[in-house]
Amino acid sequence: MALLQIAEPGQSAAPHEHKLAAGIDLGTTNSLIASVRSGEPSTLPDENDEHILPSVVRYLEDGVEVGAAARDAAQSDPLNTIVSVKRLIGRDVSELKTLGSQLPYDFLDLDKSVPRIRTVAGNVTAIEVSAEILKVLGKRAEETLGGELDGVVITVPAYFDDAQRQATKDAAKLAGLNVFRLLNEPTAAAVSYGLDQSADGIHAVYDLGGGTFDISILKLNKGVFEVLSTGGDSALGGDDFDRVVAEWIMAQANISDDADHGTLRRLMDLGRSLKEQLTESDSAEISITTKDRVWTGTITRQEFNDLIDPLVKKTLQACRRAVRDAGISKEEIKDVVMVGGSTRVPRVRELVGELFNTEPLINIDPDKVVAIGAAIQANVLAGNQSEDDMLLLDVNPLSLGVETMGGLVEKIIPRNTTIPVARAQEFTTFKDGQSAMAVHVLQGERELVDDCRSLARFELHGIPPMVAGAARIRVTFSIDADGLLNVSAEEMTSGVKAQINVRPSHGLADDEVTEMLKSSIEHAQQDVQLRQLREEQVEAQRVIEALKAAMSADADKLLNEAEQQLLLGELQKLIDISQSSDIKQIKGAIKALEKASEFYVERRMNNSIQQAMAGHNVDEFK
Amino acid sequence: MLDFSQNYFELFGLPADFRVDLDEVSLRYRDLQKVVHPDKFASAGEQQQRIAMQSATLVNEAYAVLKDPLKRAQYLLSLKGRDADGENLTTTDGAFLMQQMELREALGETREADDPLEVIDKLLGTIKTAINEQIAKLTILLETSSPEDLDEAMESVYKMQFLNKLYSEAEALEAELEDMI
Repeated sequence: MALLQIAEPGQSAAPHEHKLAAGIDLGTTNSLIASVRSGEPSTLPDENDEHILPSVVRYLEDGVEVGAAARDAAQSDPLNTIVSVKRLIGRDVSELKTLGSQLPYDFLDLDKSVPRIRTVAGNVTAIEVSAEILKVLGKRAEETLGGELDGVVITVPAYFDDAQRQATKDAAKLAGLNVFRLLNEPTAAAVSYGLDQSADGIHAVYDLGGGTFDISILKLNKGVFEVLSTGGDSALGGDDFDRVVAEWIMAQANISDDADHGTLRRLMDLGRSLKEQLTESDSAEISITTKDRVWTGTITRQEFNDLIDPLVKKTLQACRRAVRDAGISKEEIKDVVMVGGSTRVPRVRELVGELFNTEPLINIDPDKVVAIGAAIQANVLAGNQSEDDMLLLDVNPLSLGVETMGGLVEKIIPRNTTIPVARAQEFTTFKDGQSAMAVHVLQGERELVDDCRSLARFELHGIPPMVAGAARIRVTFSIDADGLLNVSAEEMTSGVKAQINVRPSHGLADDEVTEMLKSSIEHAQQDVQLRQLREEQVEAQRVIEALKAAMSADADKLLNEAEQQLLLGELQKLIDISQSSDIKQIKGAIKALEKASEFYVERRMNNSIQQAMAGHNVDEFK
Repeated sequence: MLDFSQNYFELFGLPADFRVDLDEVSLRYRDLQKVVHPDKFASAGEQQQRIAMQSATLVNEAYAVLKDPLKRAQYLLSLKGRDADGENLTTTDGAFLMQQMELREALGETREADDPLEVIDKLLGTIKTAINEQIAKLTILLETSSPEDLDEAMESVYKMQFLNKLYSEAEALEAELEDMI
């Protein structure tokens, strides 16, 4: 008795469906969205044929403006126009202060962990601002591709820390996008190049964007991109070149640094324009009007180079460290791929070329290369390229550890460890009868707690009374494929457990995200429920399809008759329930099917591992 | 749970030997990740993704151990019933300890040298040679399971920990010196 049609092995149970997927480069200055269409990746333009969306959001009393129009208003309406929001995402109030006094916004020093900016449309967080940019891009893709997106890959600087990654994912959630994966920008760039030239070997990707700098060393081997090391500075970019030029003009023209927001913004824009002019010519004329006078002058390329050299040298330090961390010598690096608009600056190319002793590669438009790579990865993750062998193996950019006695940090996962990863360390109590232990999670390379970034704190309670040093508390850190951290603690002799999804102290709490979803204008209460139902139905469909496909491939080989019948029965139950509108029931049925099929999923995994290795053993004895 | 009872060598389909062909290990690593990595299950349900993540984590850990001589030696010793990870390691080799002191001293004086980068380069070379000596020793010692050889292997592991630490300190100093230029 067949409960449902199972296709013959080799045939897919469902007709092959092309899933809609896109890659998003959410940049400091500009953002792009790209997709693979008929096998070709390309960036998607808006209705005016513009591919680049300036990452600028302007809040109006009755709505939101994103892109070029918002950017053009930045000088006239600086307080309501948020530029370079990527510099703010995942950062707390104290960090913003050290980031620079040049940020022309009204920050609210509220009790909440996430800073808010006051605008005419109310107070907004960097996450909400980023979500506005993502919404526009998502909509553009859905209109161009003609349907709802199944999922997206969003790129982040490799050097983004846990809080910044989590915040980016929250922004996507707020924008209603399903995130397949967060992908590191240099890795995305390497994908664009790697597939183009199928160049096996070791490559460096030097990525200097508007607000962030990344360096990654990757090994390419037959479609596998293995990141060996990564480094950088998540608060250094081309904006800083603009800033040093602006400061130089202020010094030359005697403009005081408490000038009004509009003047400061104009100086930054002027700095940018001069930087761009000096890419082509050896000198540029300056003219700036302040309230009481006009100042004119000239800046030469040599003067400009002297201004930015300290910044470029900082990037070179990070390059040398990344090479060292990769365990290779500079000579082993085949070429250096340049990514990000700021690599157009001649001095940057010159110094990077000198360091690596090679002419940097600039074949692909440095503005588009990241989005293109993300689109290729999104297409693979959506399952549109079934026989594709491409695989990305990335690393965590910063060391993670816990606080130990004396304000020291004990590293549990060192930087540049391939993810996903799980590592554990045992600690003990220091007082007789100690019943609780605080776990303080930190990120950074320094030895003192005060020099590292605090990610989260939690407590393990209910440790049974023991003499000091007798308890064995195992703290486990695991990082998933998105680079997000999860920490758990367990007292081994009693089994008392505590666990935390590291929602960093700098991030939003889970309920805050839900609250934002609810309060955003487009999502009235009813919509939220509808959306949850749809999400649950999609997940049910995913589970059904996956099991069907698996069973049609190898049920006869891996399952006996009784096991097959059992799974088919559970599968049918979920198929029936998935059409209902009862969120709880669907959830329950998914759980039930997953529980019933767990042994099968594991059996398949073990089987494919054996097969992968069996191939080698045969080869060896040839 | 997955079949996590296999040791790392078994997982990679390799004999439990200190001597490994690193290219072969990398090749097998990539082939394993091609079948277990969560990216291969990105559009599957949460359960599959979780199991894929556990498997990929295990494969990453095994690879980290197999490709690194010190970790590989420690792991082999643990398979042979020795705990080479804790504080129960020691050495009575006076000449070795003397050499360590000299190297440390040289490292401490590097900053004052005329050409510190050249000095540090030489030091790194010397330490590397000493590490390679221990690797050569371990290759022979870990072929057997005689208690005497294992005792000696434990001592070798201890020395390698020492040397590795020194090497990374020297590297850190090199980085600092390079950054000052």
